[in-house]
Amino acid sequence: MAPVLEVSGLKTHFFTRAGTVKSVDGVDFHVDRGEVLGLVGESGSGKSVTGFSIMGLIDPPGKIVEGSIRLNGKELVGLDEEGFRKVRGREVAMIFQDPMMTLNPVLRVDTQMIEAVTAHDRVSHKAARERARDALAKVGIPSPEERLNAYPHQFSGGMRQRVAIAIALLHRPPLIICDEPTTALDVTIQSQILAEMQSLCAETGTALVWITHDLGVVAGLADRIAVMYAGRIVETGAVDPVLDAPLHPYTSGLLGSLPAEGEPGAPLRQIRGSTPSLARLPQGCAFAPRCDFAQADCLAQAPAVTAFPGERGVRCHHPLNLAGVAA
Amino acid sequence: MLTYILRRFATAIPTLFVIVTLSFFLMRLAPGGPFDLEQPLEAKVMENLRRIYQLDQPLHAQYLTYLGALLRGDFGPSFYFRDFSIAELFAQGLPVSMRLGASALLLALTIGGPLGALAAFRQNGGADHAVMGFATAGITIPNFVVAPVLQIVFGLSLAWLPVGGWNGGAFRNTVLPIMTLALPQIAVIARMTRAAMIETLRANHIRTLRAQGLSGATIALHAGRGAALPVISYLGPAAASLLTGSVVVETIFGIPGIGRYFVEGALNRDYTLVMGTVVVVAIFVLVFNLVVDILYALLDPRVRLD
Repeated sequence: MAPVLEVSGLKTHFFTRAGTVKSVDGVDFHVDRGEVLGLVGESGSGKSVTGFSIMGLIDPPGKIVEGSIRLNGKELVGLDEEGFRKVRGREVAMIFQDPMMTLNPVLRVDTQMIEAVTAHDRVSHKAARERARDALAKVGIPSPEERLNAYPHQFSGGMRQRVAIAIALLHRPPLIICDEPTTALDVTIQSQILAEMQSLCAETGTALVWITHDLGVVAGLADRIAVMYAGRIVETGAVDPVLDAPLHPYTSGLLGSLPAEGEPGAPLRQIRGSTPSLARLPQGCAFAPRCDFAQADCLAQAPAVTAFPGERGVRCHHPLNLAGVAA
Repeated sequence: MLTYILRRFATAIPTLFVIVTLSFFLMRLAPGGPFDLEQPLEAKVMENLRRIYQLDQPLHAQYLTYLGALLRGDFGPSFYFRDFSIAELFAQGLPVSMRLGASALLLALTIGGPLGALAAFRQNGGADHAVMGFATAGITIPNFVVAPVLQIVFGLSLAWLPVGGWNGGAFRNTVLPIMTLALPQIAVIARMTRAAMIETLRANHIRTLRAQGLSGATIALHAGRGAALPVISYLGPAAASLLTGSVVVETIFGIPGIGRYFVEGALNRDYTLVMGTVVVVAIFVLVFNLVVDILYALLDPRVRLD
C-alpha cells in the first residue's frame, strides 16, 4: 500500500541576513496509513520546520529549496496558496504545542470550530455546529453543547488541547502532524491525551507524525521513529530496536541523558557541547564535534545513509550496536 | 455589563472632583488676576470689581461657591468676555470644535486604519515603506507648518478653498482645518495599526487558522479584530483632545471653536473660563476612556468575563 506521506530529499532553508540557515537539509521519510511516526530531536534540529514544510506554512525568508512532499501521491511542493489551502485541514491537519496560544482568545469555541468546518465543506451553520459538538464529545470534553459557547481562556490547558485535537479531527484527515502537543501539559493530562490520541487514530485510521523531544512519549506512542540532528534524519527504524540498540551515537546519547537510565543519585549524563549553528555547519558529520566516537573520516566527509533490514537506517561512519542489526 | 458601566461611571465622579479642586487652587497660585491690566485700575474700581465677582472673599469660600454653582450646572460669568457667561461661550464654540474634531477623527480612522493594515500585509515591501515614510512625515511636521502650507497651496495658488474663516460652517471652509487636524492622527493610527497587525499576524492562533485551510480574507478579519485593541485604546484620549479643539488650528484658520479658550483664559486670568475648559476637557477624557473600556470589553471576552 502506498504511504500516506512520502518526503524525499526535502531541503528547507531560511535566507537571513546572517546567512543561509539550513534548517532542513535533505530529509527522507515516509508514513504509512494509520502509522505513528515519532520525529525526535533537540530544539533547532529542524523537526518543527519539517512539519511546517508539509503544511506549506514556511514563510519568507524561509523556502523549500529542494525535494518532494507527496501526500496520498499528490505533490505538495510548488503548490500555490489556494492549492495548499484546500489541502490543509482536510488532507493534513496540524496540532501545535501551546494550546493557550493556538486558539483565538477573543472568539468563542463554536465560532472557531464552525469556521474550520466551513473552510472545506459547504454545510449549514447548524450542521457545522453539530459536527463541532460531536467532535468535542469525541475527544472527551464533558457537556460539549455548553462548552461550545465558552471562550478559550475558560478551558484548562488539557481541555484546550482537546479542543485543538477536535478541530484537527473535524475533517478526518488521513494525516495529522502533532508539533509537541503535550509538552506544555501536566504529565497526567499528557498521558490521558496520548492514550486518547492513540485510540482516536486507531479508530479513524489516521496517521500521525508526532514531533517531540521526549523519547518517553515516542516509546509509548510511536510505531517508528526518526531521529533528527542539524536538519537531517540521523537514524530511523521501528521504535523498539532503535531505543533498545541505537546505531547512531547521537541517539545513544539522547537515551543516555534520560533520568530513568542512570543509577538513582548519580549525575545525569549529557551530550557534551551544544547543537551547531545551522548557518555554519561543519564540513563533515554535523555531530562529529560532540561525538565520543568521532574519527578522522567523520570530520572530513558527511556520512551517507546506511540501510539495514526492517526499514532501519543510520547516517554514521561508525555505527554502534551493529551486532544487533546483523543478527 | 451594565453594572460594569455603572461602576465605571461612579468612579468617574470623584476623579472629576479631584481635577476641579486641583485646577481651582493651582490657577490661583499664578500671580496676577483678571482685572490687572496694563494700566492699573483705580483702587476704588478694583475693589468694586473684586466685590462684584466675590474675589474679596477668602479662597476656600470662593471654592465652595464655585463648587456649588458647578453642581447646579452653572459655570459662572466670564471675567474677560464681559457680556457672556461661560455656558454661552461653550454653546457657541463647542459644536464647532466637535464637528471639526469628529470629522478629523473619522477621516484619520478611515484612512489610517486601512493604510496601516496594507503596510502590515506588505511588510518591508514598497507599499509598506511608502506608508511608513508618509506616517513619519505626518508625525514630525508640526500643524503650524502644515496649516500655512495648505493655505498657500489650496487657498492662494490653486484658489480652490478659502484660506480661513468659518462662514457658518460651510463645507469648503472646513476642509483645510480638518486635513490639518487629521494628518498627524492618520500617521499615528497607520503606524499603530501596522504594528498591531504585524504582531497579530505572527500570533500562533493565526498560524492555526492557516493550518485549518481558512481563506486569506477570513484570516485578515481575525487579525483585524486582534489588531483593533491597541488602536482603540489610543483613540480614547485622541478623541477627547480632538473634539475639544486645537489652539493652533483654530487660530490659524480663524475658527470660533473652544480650543483657543484654554490659552486665552489662562493669559487673561479668566478664572471661570479656565475652570470651564478644564471641566469640559475632563468630562470628554473620562467619557472617552469609558467608551474605550466598553469597546474593549465587547471585543475581548477576557476583559468582560473576569
